Amino acid sequence: MDFDLPREHASFRDAVRELAQAVALPLAAEVDRDHRFPHEAITAAAEAGLLGVLIPREYGGAGLDALAFALCIDELARACASTSVIVDVHTSVGSEPILLFGDDAQKRRWLPRLASGELLGAFALTEPASGSDAASLQATARRNGDGYVLNGTKVFITNIGRAGLYIVFARTGPGERAAGVSAFLVPADTEGVRVGQVFKKMGLNGSPTGELVLEDVVVPASNRLAAEGKGFTVAMRALDSGRIGISGQALGIGQAAVDETAALLKQRGHEQGDDFTLADMATRHESARLLAYDAAWLCSSGRPFTRQASMAKLHCTDTTMQVALDALQIAGEEGAVSGSPFERHVRDAKALQIYEGSNQVQRMVIARSVLQ
Amino acid sequence: MDFDFSEEQVAIRDTIRELVQDRVAPRAAEIDEKAEYPKDIERLFAENGILGIPFPEEYGGISGSSVTICMGVEEIAKACATSSLILAVQALGSYPILVAGSEEQKKRLCPPLASGEKVAAYALSETGSGSDAAAMKTRAKRYGDEYVLNGTKQFITGGSVAGTLVVFAQTDPDANAKGISAFVLEKEHSPWQAPKLEHKLGIRGSPTAQLVFEDVKVPAANRLGDEGAGFKIALAVLDRSRPGIGAQALGIAEGAFDYALNYARDRKQFGQPISSFQGIQFMFADMATQIEAARHLVYMAATKVDKKAADLTKVAAMAKLFASDMAMQVTTDCVQVLGGYGYIADYPVERMMRDAKITQIYEGTNQIQRVVIARSLLR
Repeated sequence: MDFDLPREHASFRDAVRELAQAVALPLAAEVDRDHRFPHEAITAAAEAGLLGVLIPREYGGAGLDALAFALCIDELARACASTSVIVDVHTSVGSEPILLFGDDAQKRRWLPRLASGELLGAFALTEPASGSDAASLQATARRNGDGYVLNGTKVFITNIGRAGLYIVFARTGPGERAAGVSAFLVPADTEGVRVGQVFKKMGLNGSPTGELVLEDVVVPASNRLAAEGKGFTVAMRALDSGRIGISGQALGIGQAAVDETAALLKQRGHEQGDDFTLADMATRHESARLLAYDAAWLCSSGRPFTRQASMAKLHCTDTTMQVALDALQIAGEEGAVSGSPFERHVRDAKALQIYEGSNQVQRMVIARSVLQ
Repeated sequence: MDFDFSEEQVAIRDTIRELVQDRVAPRAAEIDEKAEYPKDIERLFAENGILGIPFPEEYGGISGSSVTICMGVEEIAKACATSSLILAVQALGSYPILVAGSEEQKKRLCPPLASGEKVAAYALSETGSGSDAAAMKTRAKRYGDEYVLNGTKQFITGGSVAGTLVVFAQTDPDANAKGISAFVLEKEHSPWQAPKLEHKLGIRGSPTAQLVFEDVKVPAANRLGDEGAGFKIALAVLDRSRPGIGAQALGIAEGAFDYALNYARDRKQFGQPISSFQGIQFMFADMATQIEAARHLVYMAATKVDKKAADLTKVAAMAKLFASDMAMQVTTDCVQVLGGYGYIADYPVERMMRDAKITQIYEGTNQIQRVVIARSLLR
């Protein structure tokens, strides 16, 4: 039993931290305020190879594991949550499905461009009437000769308008719920692909979220990921890893809140009530960190990790929400002023309890596993 | 990084698990009801080497690893928190010797404990000195080659059944914390009295004794460390023992969780098992997640004990705080799952809820843990 990070992972984390603190942190308040894409941070991350963390070296990636991925997202989020979610979605649900389910040609065609950051990845599963109940999605992919014709509207798509490649889930066999879903690789510049409404959000303002509209989008059959009808499996497996990324995001935001609170208390003086709140924040944060590392470690070791990933996502995000609120409470009015990191952490943290499977869905996954 | 136990640890765990299920679990309700020290369980643990877990092989033991101690405490606590204290306090009462004893002292004092011939206890608290341990009044005066102890210790777990007792006493009352020294009392040479046992909410079979020292003579050779080093030793020991309390809390919570889960599968209301209701399912999901989070903190703290890590104090306090608060919440929720049946003594979860409470209080209240954690963060 050994809870220390392996040395390579620790030095990788340190390198990401250095980059994130130097490039992403100075942008955090501005991209939040102006709702603008943190392109400087994404470019720097791409140059440092952080957009290909999980992609093997033969495809131009860094060839690292889920633990390194979690550490990467954690460090980015500690500096700028918007930057972290862009990289997270790109890396896990936006690229990893190709690695896990793609054929050789698909891997060779897409992975190097995703790893280099030439293309940003995105994941288009959710629809207006299909959120937690993903199997009820209505977008269609009609077979047409050697290809498919896609129609439908996807919502809450992270990296909307910035992504070069969308992994789109659509129904190839109507009426069969999960068994009728297939996955497609849809380049953003395909005719009929359009960005719909881009949402104004409570937080994560530097990360664009919006609608992806598909109108008679023709893709060749070679762009179908995995077999027909296997799309739901692709989506669920992608989300398992995705949850490790979200846990990492939560850890980064939580760590920033803990550190900023400690710094504030040291500077302004403090009573025991504040001390105890900080002690609880740090303790819960530490427990969350270990759950995330456990899930990532199991994933990296090739062992089952679905239950642990859900536990990590649930506990990390609930903990970070509470930690962010407690930090804001300690900071007081000063922390509630726009531009303060304290109020931004609260707004950013809230999304994490909702996306990539709301925490209610995580509880369903965990309960199912516990009651099995 | 490796979240798994070693093969050897798994083998020890499985042995303990089997023994506990066969011999301890059937006794747990009775031990609680009668509030009697389970001497039979103590002997069972002695015969099976469990009391030797806190000691390295060179002192007659089988491990000495905090991870292994925690694992044992957790397994026992799943069935009976009182019985888990037999191992936890064996570790607590021995740590001062292992941490601060000379080689001669370790070689002399540990083997009878490691073999299970004797059990150990740890006497720090007094009536007027709980969280403020440095305020103790028990006095040790030196006369030639021995010290004479006078005073009263309060809330000493296992103090009435121990054969070896580590006592903290003032050798220089003017120096406050720096005047405290630690002594190992062997019952046969330095007999103390235990005139009163407390009636308690939980861990009722574990004797919580008031100990009285009236001119008790202790050889100077049984002083641990230098004169005045006692307070430091006391704190160093608590850093090492707190993960064990976390493990106890973890075990209590798991015992209650497992029981409530089986109950929820069987219990039918509105024509279906109550486990089919999402409100109940979410309770189990939250409990399972909190238990898992606590487990990692406890075992990380235990690995830090074994590695003598620099941030041990903080992490041990976090493990104790989180696991005990978790256990209180989880056991309370388990009583809730069982409803009226959870509240009555025919079912074990009310006992587990009562047992959980002490884990938030002893070996440093959770308020003290927060003081310790905040101090390390705000340094």
